Amino acid sequence: MDIPFTVKNRPDTGLYNGKLGVWLFLASEVMLFGGLFSAYVFLRTGVDTWPVGADILNVPLATLNTMFLISSSVTMVMSWASLKLNDFSKFKLYAGLTLLLACAFLVVKYFEYTAKFDHHLYPSTNNFLGIYFTMTGLHVLHVIGGIIVIFFFWMPGAKMWESDPERFVNRIEIVGLYWHFVDLVWIFLFPVLYLL
Amino acid sequence: MSSDHHKQSFWTKYVFSTDHKIIGIQYGITSLVWLLFGFGLMMIMRYQLAYPESPVPFVGGILGDGGILPSEMYNSLGVMHGTIMIFLGVVPLAFGAFGNYFVPLQIGAIDMAFPKLNATSYWMYFLGSVIMAIGFFVPGGAANSGWTSYPPLADIATTGQTVWLFGMVMLITSSLLGSINILATVIQLRTEGMTWMKLPIFVWTQFITAFLLLLAFPPLEAAGVLQLMDRLAGTSFFMPSGLVVSGEVLTNAGGGSPLLWQHLFWFLAHPEVYVLILPAFGIVTEVIANNTRKPIQGYKSLVYAMIFLGFMSFIVWAHHMYLTGMGTSIGAFFQTTTMIISIPSVVILTALLLSLWGGSIRFNTPMLFALGFLPMFGIGGLTGLPLGLAASDIHLHDTYYVIGHFHYVVAPGTIFALFAGIYYWFPKMTGKRTNEALGKLHFFFSFIFMNGVFMPMFIQGLAGVSRRLWDGGEIYAHAADVLYLNEVMSVSAWLLGLAQLFFIVNMIISLKGKKTGEVNPWGATTLDWTDTTSPPLDHGNFEKVPTVYRGPYEYSVPDAKEDFTPQSEKG
Repeated sequence: MDIPFTVKNRPDTGLYNGKLGVWLFLASEVMLFGGLFSAYVFLRTGVDTWPVGADILNVPLATLNTMFLISSSVTMVMSWASLKLNDFSKFKLYAGLTLLLACAFLVVKYFEYTAKFDHHLYPSTNNFLGIYFTMTGLHVLHVIGGIIVIFFFWMPGAKMWESDPERFVNRIEIVGLYWHFVDLVWIFLFPVLYLL
Repeated sequence: MSSDHHKQSFWTKYVFSTDHKIIGIQYGITSLVWLLFGFGLMMIMRYQLAYPESPVPFVGGILGDGGILPSEMYNSLGVMHGTIMIFLGVVPLAFGAFGNYFVPLQIGAIDMAFPKLNATSYWMYFLGSVIMAIGFFVPGGAANSGWTSYPPLADIATTGQTVWLFGMVMLITSSLLGSINILATVIQLRTEGMTWMKLPIFVWTQFITAFLLLLAFPPLEAAGVLQLMDRLAGTSFFMPSGLVVSGEVLTNAGGGSPLLWQHLFWFLAHPEVYVLILPAFGIVTEVIANNTRKPIQGYKSLVYAMIFLGFMSFIVWAHHMYLTGMGTSIGAFFQTTTMIISIPSVVILTALLLSLWGGSIRFNTPMLFALGFLPMFGIGGLTGLPLGLAASDIHLHDTYYVIGHFHYVVAPGTIFALFAGIYYWFPKMTGKRTNEALGKLHFFFSFIFMNGVFMPMFIQGLAGVSRRLWDGGEIYAHAADVLYLNEVMSVSAWLLGLAQLFFIVNMIISLKGKKTGEVNPWGATTLDWTDTTSPPLDHGNFEKVPTVYRGPYEYSVPDAKEDFTPQSEKG
């Protein structure tokens, strides 16, 4: 016997198991980052002076990074849509582009971090930098996790397209949902840390 | 799953299994071992409280200091007792073991929605528990800043605190995966005809518990990450400016707030209370309905009360923080919500009590534990009301009264319900019966000694004895009148430990016994009893996946051929 609704939708919920699972996972992620954003508000309102992000952080680089992530979300959707249209080579192209953009994000982030360290700005310097490094650091971990999973389905995991195409499309959809969430977190982090 | 019928090795079948029943048993055994261990820590502490600064018998050799329990180690044992009992004992048993084993069976599913994820969550729990245990062996001993890990103390504590935080992160991740699995299973895998209002209450409680774990635990994970940053990267999230430690001003940047930790911590830890109690409600409901041979009173009000309870549990957390100076208007808000949340609890308890009315009650072991649960949880709940009101909480805060209150909820409350569940479902899991005489001895002695341990705590607490004293209050004049109770409680605790031998012996004897061949010895109506073998089939649970036609508690239906009508019976 096989577990029902691993591939097909359950009629009354309109979801397959994995899609529901990832939505629930993202709900908990909202609470995780929600907790950190609340901590940010709590810390900022609890002190008299709080630095303006733009004075310390590099806004142009972060804007570039925002572009990278938003574009990567677009290419992620394109890769899923290509599979839906039965075009496997387009999928390879768009998933590859997604990986490229995600890595570009990490490279920029690396330069941002090292620039801070060169100026002796560490997490311990003050709570603004502390929360900046903690939140962006956790976000970077999410990006790295996403890169690993997307890479898996781009190269070794893509064999599933031959054996079980419907399931493979579902998996890409699930990865896409996660990736959009990672993108969304950055869209909140950027104004909160860099601009406000 | 059909490809798994070839012969499996011991490792794939019992250790790295993805079958929900095996994983449930893994959770069950691991958590029972931890419960015993956590209880053992408390028995050591109680020796120091009853006979301050005299050598502890049996285990004195490993404590150092001539067998006397050192005060630093007393703090460690307190932290680890709390952490182990809650995060390694009760929650994995109530949610991991019972949830895994019986939710799929009761909804007519052949397994959980994500079997591999299920195994992962068990092994993460196992790893987390090993990390917790490693804490005992690092310099300075295990975490010693209270199970709540309040900073700034926890920020500057010994290495054990870092180990504790890593352990917690593992445990949180594990319960996150577990809760996603239960939620997806209940939403997606209910069999044909199993509509929401036909679900057994047990499944409802597991479902709501999973939601609480899913949404309440991540903020603690956030808090854990922030505290790790404070400890390892030198940030000051929880460190106020100009903190003086041992006569020296700390050089960290400052500007943080210890209150922030408390908010994040209690945002988890209050829903956690309902994580502890909801599965207990579920088990007790099943046992009571079955042993009164009548439908449960107010099925729908029970369901709605539990959902409401789940929602409300997210907005009561700061009633743990009246003494922090967070402001009276915030206090007023949380007093109001706290009083409101007592309403659904009373609805649930009343429904269960009314269910007894007019039933032909069978007083078997599971039923005794379920019946014991009702007044014990009642005491635990009612003694919570003065703590929910700021004015009386100021007097009672951090006294033994608080300890008595939450132990009544969790120990003779939840743990009794868990015992009820073990005795009730033992025939299903093994195909064998437990020994009734030993079971009853286990119940009566546990009942007496549980009260012997916790009832005097209210008296000491009202007298103002603090909960964290190494010498049990010996040096405080106001504790002098109630000091004699320390020995009463300690002796009760050790006898309570001895009483558990009835349980252990019972389990061993019963497991060695012969299979009875009965599928449904209690005459129950739910799918786990009526449509599977005992124990259920290795993979797939059911010979034929059942269809559900009726509600879960159709006992003593007039004109039915038996006094129970299975959910899967047409009609």
